[in-house]
Amino acid sequence: MTEPVLRVTNLNVEFTTEDGIVRAVDDVSYEIHRGKTLAIVGESGSGKSVSSLAVMGLINSSGAAITGSVKYGDQELIGSDPEDVRKLRGNRIAMIFQDPLSSLHPYYTIGNQLIEAIQAHQDVSDEIAHVRAAEMLTRVGIASVEQRLNDFPHQLSGGMRQRVMIAMALVNEPDVLIADEPTTALDVTVQAQILDLLRDLQKEFGTAIILITHDLGVVADLADEVLVMYGGSAVEQAPVRELFYESGMPYTWGLLASIPQVQTTREHLDPIPGSPPSLIDLPPGCVFAPRCSYTSQVAQNLCHTKKPALEEISPAHSARCHLTATQRSDIRVQRGIGKVR
Amino acid sequence: MFPYVVRRLILMVLLLIVLSAVTFALFNAVPTDPARLTCGKTCTPDIVAANRIRLGLDKPLVVQYLDWFKGIFLGRDFGSGTQVFHCDIPCLGYSFKNGEQVTTMILAAMPVTMYLALGAFVLWMVIGTLTGIYAAKHRGKWQDKVIMGIALVGYSSPVFFVGLLLLIFPVVRFHWLPYPDYTSPLYDFPQFLGTMILPWIALATLYAAYYTRLTRSQMLETMSEDFIRTARAKGLSERVIVRKHAFRAGLTPIVTSAGLDLAGLLGGAVITEYIFSLPGLGRLAIHSVTDYDLPTLTATTLVAAAFIIFANLIVDILYAAIDPRVRLS
Repeated sequence: MTEPVLRVTNLNVEFTTEDGIVRAVDDVSYEIHRGKTLAIVGESGSGKSVSSLAVMGLINSSGAAITGSVKYGDQELIGSDPEDVRKLRGNRIAMIFQDPLSSLHPYYTIGNQLIEAIQAHQDVSDEIAHVRAAEMLTRVGIASVEQRLNDFPHQLSGGMRQRVMIAMALVNEPDVLIADEPTTALDVTVQAQILDLLRDLQKEFGTAIILITHDLGVVADLADEVLVMYGGSAVEQAPVRELFYESGMPYTWGLLASIPQVQTTREHLDPIPGSPPSLIDLPPGCVFAPRCSYTSQVAQNLCHTKKPALEEISPAHSARCHLTATQRSDIRVQRGIGKVR
Repeated sequence: MFPYVVRRLILMVLLLIVLSAVTFALFNAVPTDPARLTCGKTCTPDIVAANRIRLGLDKPLVVQYLDWFKGIFLGRDFGSGTQVFHCDIPCLGYSFKNGEQVTTMILAAMPVTMYLALGAFVLWMVIGTLTGIYAAKHRGKWQDKVIMGIALVGYSSPVFFVGLLLLIFPVVRFHWLPYPDYTSPLYDFPQFLGTMILPWIALATLYAAYYTRLTRSQMLETMSEDFIRTARAKGLSERVIVRKHAFRAGLTPIVTSAGLDLAGLLGGAVITEYIFSLPGLGRLAIHSVTDYDLPTLTATTLVAAAFIIFANLIVDILYAAIDPRVRLS
């Protein structure tokens, strides 16, 4: 195995608020390799976005405490000079966001914003930056580039704007691209185009992609590895096929069962009851226990008293659950999880 | 853009005409007899009656208004025979109280107010926006708290209070500056500066405090926008983010306020001019009120209104310059 481009180890993010300490990210670790895609999956508030913002050094609220380690190659990012991290941002590690309209500056042209991204990290003349911006726009599939460069964001369609965001993120050929729900705000047909584009560009540039999403369809489409987050913790980590066929903990099952299927009867959609926990003063025990239907199968009320460790199920696949392997496979069979529907 | 401006200019003229009619009607509804005011202590009913006819006050109000309106474009003669007062184009009326054409008085007062307003404007905009940005950048820290504390005091201090303090200490007590005595800057520039510096400070104190608060809140709002997060993700320096991305996005409300505040002052900074004895439009307006000088009062009101209307147009044009979404739709 080659060296990972980015290695996150025991990342913790805490916010001090008036109501108490919010533990938004709790001891999350992952690594990502060149040309691979890691999907981080979870509901809103699961800490998936916060963890990636922490990787980017974009959490600058004074009440935030970030510990652990984020290593880009040999360079440690947590606790290092903000100026060093800034030089990596948009250069070696880039990011795109959910809503491309609000993420682009409404008062500057596409060209201006692209050229600015280039010149933030490369010492090139306006002319050269302009040519590169135009090339990059062509690569992300935008026609009549010269005209588009003079357009303002509101003059483009949603899909085009996200293409522009992607162009802006990739213009310095970063090693890592963090895509935070890149297709959530787009029409379904456009979503597919954007995912295709990301896949093509990944092949071309060898970019490692961290894909943050709650859409398991997108995960199946693009990801190599999946990290499932719940209540700030990583609850399961697996290669994509294993996640869909042999997932090892109730929250993941719930996610899988929440995907509507045409074949099943309409009443059969099986949502997870309850809502995600408040991250203030989390109770001891498993974060998912209050919503879990299987806590009674675990002896000694363990689910409510002891937080399960992230245990290896098979190489590269681990999950955080007190259930035994036999219990898990029984439940999977019973719920029809992993069977090809 | 051009047709838009033309359309706005036409609307502006129409608005001014309506406004002049309303103002004219309003001030003529004041329960006083303008003809009675034209003659002094040795007044007889005969003189009053004669003056009434000479001034055209015997005619219906509508005809009076039309005469007045015509005077703006054609000039006007009051009276007939040997005792004719001619009033030049653009004639806004004749002030018998001062024995002068209203237009002449306005034109004499306008530069004073303009110097006062523009000087204070530059001062408060520079101070207000810079401290506002600085406070926003240091949000929650001691720098922010100190600036916001000072701004609160400045914002709560009425102009007459600050103005009187400025007169009492630097002028009356310590003699750092001469007593305000307005001179044209073209005639005696140092004395002009010596006179104007205090009214500038007095006016700017209030407004700078307001603009500090406004700029700070605008900056804080825009700094939490998604596109600022994008700018950070691009690895731009904090300087570029604040100056290019955040400030421009938060500029619109500041420009609106600035345009209207400046226009309001150009119509006459009544209290400040009064305290510092500046012969500007504000003082002219006050005197015309106390003297029942209706033509002058009408004219000063109209001039002030015209500034506001014009400023609105300028502000709207600036909007388009700042925000391309306005420009292109």
